[in-house]
Amino acid sequence: MNNKFDIFDILVGKPEDPDYGNKPVIIQGITGNFGSVHTRLMREYGTNIVAGVTPNKGGQSFEGIPVFDSVKDASKTFNAKISGIFVPAQFFLSAVKDAVNNGIKLLVAIPEHVPVRDAMESLEYAQTNGAKIIGPNTPGVIVPSVNKIGIMPSQPFKKGNTAVFSRSGTLMYEVSFYLSKAGIGQKIALGIGGDPINGTNLIEAFKLISDRDDIESVVVIGEIGGDAEESLVQYIEKTGFTKPVVAYVAGRSAPKEKRMGHAGAIVYGNYGSAESKISSFSRVNIPVAKRPAEVPGILMKLMK
Amino acid sequence: MKLLEYQGKELFTEYNIAVPKSYLARNQSELNQIKDKLEYPVVLKSQLTTGGRGKAGAILKCANKEELVPKFTELLNKEVKGELPKVILIEEAVNIDKELYISLFLNRGKRTYSLISSSEGGMDIEAVENKVIQDISISGLTQSSAETIAKKLGLSGVTIESFSNIVIKLAKLVREKEAELAEINPLAILKDGTCLALDSKVIIDDNSIFRHPELGKYMQISELQEQAEKNGFSFVELDGDIAIIGNGAGLVMSTLDIVNDAGGKPGAFLDFGGRATTETIYKALEVISKLSKVKAILVNLFGGIVRTDLVAQAILNAYEDGMISVPIYARISGAESEKSKKMLSNSNAKLYDTVEEAISSLVQFMRMSK
Repeated sequence: MNNKFDIFDILVGKPEDPDYGNKPVIIQGITGNFGSVHTRLMREYGTNIVAGVTPNKGGQSFEGIPVFDSVKDASKTFNAKISGIFVPAQFFLSAVKDAVNNGIKLLVAIPEHVPVRDAMESLEYAQTNGAKIIGPNTPGVIVPSVNKIGIMPSQPFKKGNTAVFSRSGTLMYEVSFYLSKAGIGQKIALGIGGDPINGTNLIEAFKLISDRDDIESVVVIGEIGGDAEESLVQYIEKTGFTKPVVAYVAGRSAPKEKRMGHAGAIVYGNYGSAESKISSFSRVNIPVAKRPAEVPGILMKLMK
Repeated sequence: MKLLEYQGKELFTEYNIAVPKSYLARNQSELNQIKDKLEYPVVLKSQLTTGGRGKAGAILKCANKEELVPKFTELLNKEVKGELPKVILIEEAVNIDKELYISLFLNRGKRTYSLISSSEGGMDIEAVENKVIQDISISGLTQSSAETIAKKLGLSGVTIESFSNIVIKLAKLVREKEAELAEINPLAILKDGTCLALDSKVIIDDNSIFRHPELGKYMQISELQEQAEKNGFSFVELDGDIAIIGNGAGLVMSTLDIVNDAGGKPGAFLDFGGRATTETIYKALEVISKLSKVKAILVNLFGGIVRTDLVAQAILNAYEDGMISVPIYARISGAESEKSKKMLSNSNAKLYDTVEEAISSLVQFMRMSK
């Protein structure tokens, strides 16, 4: 994977940039139900949305934001590197190609129900062209007090020095809410996504922050299905990752071979089971909270 | 969508993967129509989604015509893990020399497909040793790499070609039908050295089904499931008696765990997703109301984004309409929570500030009512 990808440079920028903390963002699917509601909320939070895309609605505007038929058209006027994708799942692949072909480097992929084959093809396409996808089926990414690209509520998040990476949306809000309440703010909170295939998996999320001095700790919210947590533990072991990490794993009591809401949350045999994930974390002495509300207390103990 | 064995084998046949000669019978009269065509011995296989059929006695050998009807009737009435078959697959027995295992699955971490094969078929693959694991590009598998796998498994003669062909066809099936998993366990090597699929396990990517109208006929979905899906809910029925409703799959799973830790038994998982409005909560309660085993309902809504009075209104409506009568324990810490507590003060529902408090009251209630 590309180690040089600097997500903070793209999302926030450098102090000398004229648009530092105000990076332009394009919303694909801006006129849809979901896209329009969250465009409004993202803007309220401070996200600089410069253009929207909806095929066949080019020339219209949404609350003063110009709408284009494609990212290609939008890119003639705006030089954005970030896109929030809110299109229906069946149009996801073509939306990704349009974005990647026209200067977008960070794609935040909100839609649920993207076919696995399309997700794999999208990721390959993005990777070949030096772009990164967060998601699909992610609540998005938020840099508290700067901007958010996604559907997360703003209230749970407070500016600070921990990183929250979560396979679940509401648990990302829930845990961040408890952290903020305990006085532990977040530098970034990023939703991995609930699908089997993730553009930015847990290891890649860790790579994004591993050498940043302004991030002091990491909270990982995992769930049943796949082996992302087990692989993360191997990565942590291999690289000697030193920042304190607290984990939480949802789905200890879920039955096998039942899809628990997320396409990716399913256990086959021992593959994907909560026990496997929890014992992996325990093996490298990463504490695993039993309940979301326990996370801040455990983290504070580690930070002492 | 997990296909039944015979459905997977229909796909195998479409892709020229050999399977035993077989018939399907749903009832006695369908059995009568095929009775005289059969060449004995035959194997009767109950068509269930659940695994471990052999151990559960849901697969029976039948040596002659006389045994057919009683064994058929036995299987048709045999429940395995709460599931009754709708149809029995009747296959003519084959002469097996050796059994292999092959499984082609979506390797999530590697974002590719992987093939696991082993020269020890018929058993639980986690216990199998001498596995050969090979990553396979979505564009397929070449003849030479398939043959390399065959040789690694120690196959020889005509079996190499037969095995390779099956692996290549299976990869084609996975790609074209958008399967997450296609497994043949066991894959039999017959006396003549050719290979034949004795079983099938195929799981199709649910999110791709809109592109596969030809697979629509395999959909078997309960009425309740359908009602839930129509409303955009994720719904899973569980064994216990407490229904758990919330906004977000992870949150509901997490709540399930906490209920379980406290000694409660979850009976349903319902994630109503994005927005908590009076209407969505009411609809969610409507789905739950169809489950008579549910003795109490836990509602866990992530606070901060929810107007709790809207939720309280839905609960009140559900009680007033006589849709539900069981108690509801709700954790809804959002705007208007004092108003909501008042709204529900004369009802069978209680609001709590934390999920832990809601669960401990609920579990206490369940204990007392037993």
